Amino acid sequence: MYGFITLFKKEILRFWKVGFQTVMAPVLTALLYQLIFSHVLSQHVEAYPGVSYTAFLIPGLAMMSMAQNAFANSSSSLIQSKITGNIVFLLLPPISAPAFFGAYLLASVVRGLVVGAGVLLVTAWFGLPLPAQPLWLLAFAVLGCGVLGTLGIMAGIWADKFDQLAAFQNFLIMPLTFLSGVFYSINSLPPLWRSVSHLNPVFYMIDGFRYGFFGQADVSPWLSLAVVGGCFVALSLWVMRLIASGYKLRH
Amino acid sequence: MTHAISIEAVSKRFASLQALDSISFTVEHGEFFALLGPNGAGKTTLISAMAGLSRADSGRIRIMGHDTVTQTRDARMKLGVVPQELVFDPFFTVRETLTFQSGYFGIRHNDAWVDELLYKLGLTDKANVNMRALSGGMKRRVMVAQALVHRPPVIVLDEPTAGVDVELRQSLWAFVKELNAAGHTIVLTTHYLEEAEALCSRIAMMKKGRLIALENKDTLLSRSAAREVSLQLSGPLPASLQPLSLRQQDGRHILALPDIAKLEQVLSELRLAAVEVRELSVHETDLEQVFVKLMHGGQL
Ligand SMILES: Nc1ncnc2c1ncn2[C@@H]1O[C@H](COP(=O)(O)OP(=O)(O)O)[C@@H](O)[C@H]1O
Ligand SMILES: [Mg+2]
Repeated sequence: MYGFITLFKKEILRFWKVGFQTVMAPVLTALLYQLIFSHVLSQHVEAYPGVSYTAFLIPGLAMMSMAQNAFANSSSSLIQSKITGNIVFLLLPPISAPAFFGAYLLASVVRGLVVGAGVLLVTAWFGLPLPAQPLWLLAFAVLGCGVLGTLGIMAGIWADKFDQLAAFQNFLIMPLTFLSGVFYSINSLPPLWRSVSHLNPVFYMIDGFRYGFFGQADVSPWLSLAVVGGCFVALSLWVMRLIASGYKLRH
Repeated sequence: MTHAISIEAVSKRFASLQALDSISFTVEHGEFFALLGPNGAGKTTLISAMAGLSRADSGRIRIMGHDTVTQTRDARMKLGVVPQELVFDPFFTVRETLTFQSGYFGIRHNDAWVDELLYKLGLTDKANVNMRALSGGMKRRVMVAQALVHRPPVIVLDEPTAGVDVELRQSLWAFVKELNAAGHTIVLTTHYLEEAEALCSRIAMMKKGRLIALENKDTLLSRSAAREVSLQLSGPLPASLQPLSLRQQDGRHILALPDIAKLEQVLSELRLAAVEVRELSVHETDLEQVFVKLMHGGQL
């Protein structure tokens, strides 16, 4: 148990020491998106009745940043440790697979939540309402970061080189997060693309998170919870088994 | 509990390469044990299997009686490994590194021991320096400290002095000797044979994944029977000494000297033949010669 706490602390300290890159940079990026898109689109779109486009955009951007940063945290930490070789210091002590998994996961969730809070803080003045459903909001924030943190652990363990990880990030994580209704309500899409969006688990994270703020969303929050929660449980069990088997870590 | 380390018929293959070929030996409590062999012999692979960094294809390894596959927790708690590659986490200071490492072993308040390790390894004034800023030798010392945070009874050092300056080598050996004297079992691999010769009581030699020798250092040295006496004489070598002659070199006769007591006999034969000795020297076999001989396939 203390092994888990120590590894968790180490992972938190790792991103916190370079907080300028790991927290400030993504918050600034989200703020830029917010400035540009709300300027271009505010006159044209009303996402939901009574919700301006500028306000609609904020939770989506926050959730997208959380997802990307939760993924980045575990994946980059693991691949750096593997490539530099210092992962050996985690493999020599008796750290169990659940402790190893849990520590990387929890640190990713914390990084995601810190970035998410930062994004909400700097964009709130665009007209973000107080959350209508704070518990839903929290549930989707945590579970969404959990899913991406777990994917990050998997990618970090699987990739042998930085460019393999970059490919995973650019060809899977980025499209999934961008094409998830961050910038639009999927009800405005043609039917085909609407159905395709429904296959994307990140769509449910963002839709559920938005429900937390506005009390309305494209689909029912229960459906979103089932999809995101289901993904999280399935992925976690799978990745924990990978770790226990020593996949790519113990040859 | 019988042995500090017990290795039973351990084999491991990487694709077509047999990295370990049915290796078996034991290391006893409190021993100072050397594992020698040229690059690629399989020393690091064997150590990785002991540490659970890799899994053997077959065979069984126990550390202080704990199976490394079925009792990983106990086996790892008893073992401290200093890896061969110089690795470190550039995000942290020396003290952070050691405190985290203690925590990974489940140890909460380890400051007193960490301070002692820092002191013994000459790292006290580097405690709050970032790992990145340390020289290679200093990083190596931190790796030694990392292997010891949980006070393991069995300590394995994989070429700890490769590419390290003389001063560090000596202070490191003084420290390791001290640990051995305090009861820790030490296993080391090294390229510097004089280190193994000076420090270790028992020596295993590996070549191409196989164990080719395992002896007490003294037995190994004497079995090679390569003690020689070199003589510069006033006249020819008496016929009675011809059977011992190995070769002539720079006007000197080199004779085999299987037993040091034989020297007495050599000298009396010379006196009898009225041949005067102008110069005499005895060369002891050193580990290097034994090693070279074994590695070239020569039988002892
Ligand atoms: N992960 C690996 N994959 C493939 N071959 C390996 C791997 N690790 C070691 N080897 C090979 O196994 C042999 C033994 O290597 P090693 O144990 O490092 O030798 P030593 O430590 O005695 O120099 C070498 O030929 C090496 O190339
Ligand atoms: Mg080696």
